[in-house]
Amino acid sequence: MARKFLPQVATANDLFEGDVIYLTADNTWTREHAEAAVAETPEAAEALLKAAEAFPLQVVGPYLADAQIVDGRPAPVHFREDFRTRGPSNYFHGKQAEKTEA
Amino acid sequence: MYSYTNFDAAFVRDRVKEFRSQVERRLDGSLTEDEFKPLRLMNGLYLQLHAYMLRVAVPYGTLNSRQMRQLAHIADTWDKGYGHFTTRQNIQFNWPKLKDVPDILDALADVGMHAIQTSGNCIRNVTADHFAGAAADEIEDPRPTAELIRQWSTDHPEFAYLPRKFKVGVTGSPNDRAVTKAHDIGLRMVRGEAGEPGYEVIVGGGLGRTPMIGKVVRDFLPKRDLLAYLEAILQVYNLSGRRDNKYKARIKILVHETGIDELRARIEETFRRNRRLLPDVDPAIVARIEAAFAAPAWADRPVPDAPRLDAGLASFIDTNVVAHKRPDHAIVSVSLKPTGGTPGDATSAQMRVLADLAERYSHDELRISHEQNVILPHVHRADLPAVYAALREAGLATANIGLVGDIIACPGMDYCALATARSIPIAQQISEMFADLDAQRDIGPLKIKISGCINACGHHHVGHIGILGLDRAGVENYQLTLGGDGTETATIGTRTGHGFAYDEIVPAVGRLIGAYLDARETPEETFLETYRRLGMDPFKAALYGQEEQADAA
Amino acid sequence: MTQIVTRQGFARETWPEAGVIVTFESLWNGQDLPIERPIGVRLAPDSNAADLEPWFDTMAMVIVPFGKSADGRGFSLARQLRQLGYAGIIRAEGHVLVDQFRAALRVGIDQVAISDEQAARNPEDQWLAVPHFDGYQSRLFAAE
Repeated sequence: MARKFLPQVATANDLFEGDVIYLTADNTWTREHAEAAVAETPEAAEALLKAAEAFPLQVVGPYLADAQIVDGRPAPVHFREDFRTRGPSNYFHGKQAEKTEA
Repeated sequence: MYSYTNFDAAFVRDRVKEFRSQVERRLDGSLTEDEFKPLRLMNGLYLQLHAYMLRVAVPYGTLNSRQMRQLAHIADTWDKGYGHFTTRQNIQFNWPKLKDVPDILDALADVGMHAIQTSGNCIRNVTADHFAGAAADEIEDPRPTAELIRQWSTDHPEFAYLPRKFKVGVTGSPNDRAVTKAHDIGLRMVRGEAGEPGYEVIVGGGLGRTPMIGKVVRDFLPKRDLLAYLEAILQVYNLSGRRDNKYKARIKILVHETGIDELRARIEETFRRNRRLLPDVDPAIVARIEAAFAAPAWADRPVPDAPRLDAGLASFIDTNVVAHKRPDHAIVSVSLKPTGGTPGDATSAQMRVLADLAERYSHDELRISHEQNVILPHVHRADLPAVYAALREAGLATANIGLVGDIIACPGMDYCALATARSIPIAQQISEMFADLDAQRDIGPLKIKISGCINACGHHHVGHIGILGLDRAGVENYQLTLGGDGTETATIGTRTGHGFAYDEIVPAVGRLIGAYLDARETPEETFLETYRRLGMDPFKAALYGQEEQADAA
Repeated sequence: MTQIVTRQGFARETWPEAGVIVTFESLWNGQDLPIERPIGVRLAPDSNAADLEPWFDTMAMVIVPFGKSADGRGFSLARQLRQLGYAGIIRAEGHVLVDQFRAALRVGIDQVAISDEQAARNPEDQWLAVPHFDGYQSRLFAAE
């Protein structure tokens, strides 16, 4: 079954803090999904994952996640990835709280 | 209560030192993540959805006040001021940083605690009846056995890389509150023909993807043969358990594929050989462990006769207090399931209140139950009003133990990297739907258990109503099972039919309970009894209504 | 190539000069064995320790395979050999982590053979730094 290709972002957890992070276009890591680099083709996605795997001393478990473009910025598709951009739903902890502080 | 010997203390410090070095080597690159992962898991450190999570062992669920205060201190110093008590009598901290974990482990070691083997493919923290040493129906306190198993299984060089995780549960009562039939090894204390103490050994129970009720591998094992027999089971499992598929690697699959009789023969043969080779356990160590669990010095105070109780206290006693082996004492269960709350969570302030109450009123003992509540096991009946008043002040007096609001829920996709759907919000919404405790009491004993994935940490298979959260084509979907039972009459629940969306599942549970209320013959007939009498049909009708009939047509 | 590690650190590989290494199958199938030279026997991951008992006195070394670091069968195999009374050298061969070294020694393994790649990543000082504190088991089974 041919699955329609969706834009991809590379995501992982920070080795030191454990926080959810995304690879940016300039090959650094960000905590904001909206700042993630987006791969628009399967080839670009493969290259993006390879780039993400080059940081074994900074990140843990890099993988590609489906994304969609909303207002020109990448946003998650799957609910799991959506939760990862915010934090848990029972307490106002994690990214959602840090965003308020910032 | 058991307190650390110099050996225990030195051992745990050595392990902290070792883990500190492992963290350093991970950070400097001499350990890859693939190599580091099993090592951090063996020290209870997971990487979850949003952060690391540290799972701390509460061996057989027993804590003293000093340990509980230290958990509060850890929550305040390195986490976000709370902890989550789990269905395996552990506590989890959801927000530690990697570099702080060795310091947290040192803080645990300060009070004789650790996080060793709370994860990984090794023998996990051993669990026991949370009413151990207090229950009126007990044959013998299971905790000396559990402590002996803790020592034997800790850092066992042969069994640290098993095909899969391995859980041992022990009960000393005929009423099984430790779900022993859902453990890799369940031990039930029994008496032999001459009245000598021993165990019925159950093997191959487990929930997860392939739920199975354990099978009896040995009717009666003399007490002194315990460790040699466990070694035999583990050795057979380590060498023969499947390693080709993690979903088929638990001992329950080996039991299933090999057959209990063939496996028993192999275990017994290994046991006979090893018992010849393995020296007996040092009797001085056994004696010391048993002495550590001697009954406390009971206070000989009068119980006020026919005290006048206010309504809140009366219903608290009715619901949360059960008989102690001494008639002048009682076992108090403190519900960590306030209406709308997260099952199993306690703030650091609440932990300190519980520590104070234990110190003052419960011979310095606390228990964590697999139902994610905290127990004050030895409260004098004269102290019940004072205990209740203090609990109420701390928001810990919810009188719903064993009722519809006393829901077991795993962390689910709010925290867990393995989860396929959320569990906590479902529990919160169900408890809000039945916020009226009088209505809860009218519904009566009912165990709702929620897991956010097939691994079944929320024990949904043995819930009277079980809820399993799944990911169906990118949307959360919840399946229901009915009729599960985690006690000595252990039963795996039966699926009702297709699942429900996130916003449909709570109303569906409401309909199930409505159907029960309509169908029960007397107010005393419990949900489980009604289900057993009538079967699935009335509940299916309530869940699926017309749609089911249309399908059948 | 492989690197031999013992509790004393890196050691030189002395086999096959020290003797002949045969597979368990050839032993089991009764092939002619060079009695004038010491023999080492390389086991399979699913070998049964009890099957080796008849040869305990003639085997100078038993090689226990460690396929992946998560595969712990070798620990049981080695311990069974010791429990049954095998007194020769036990070598663990394959992927043994530095952090598994202490457990390996405690079940009766004498030496570990690792790949050169791993030896480069885990130099000798890491193996020498492995702590050798006592376990609960030696204490519980006082006479062991």
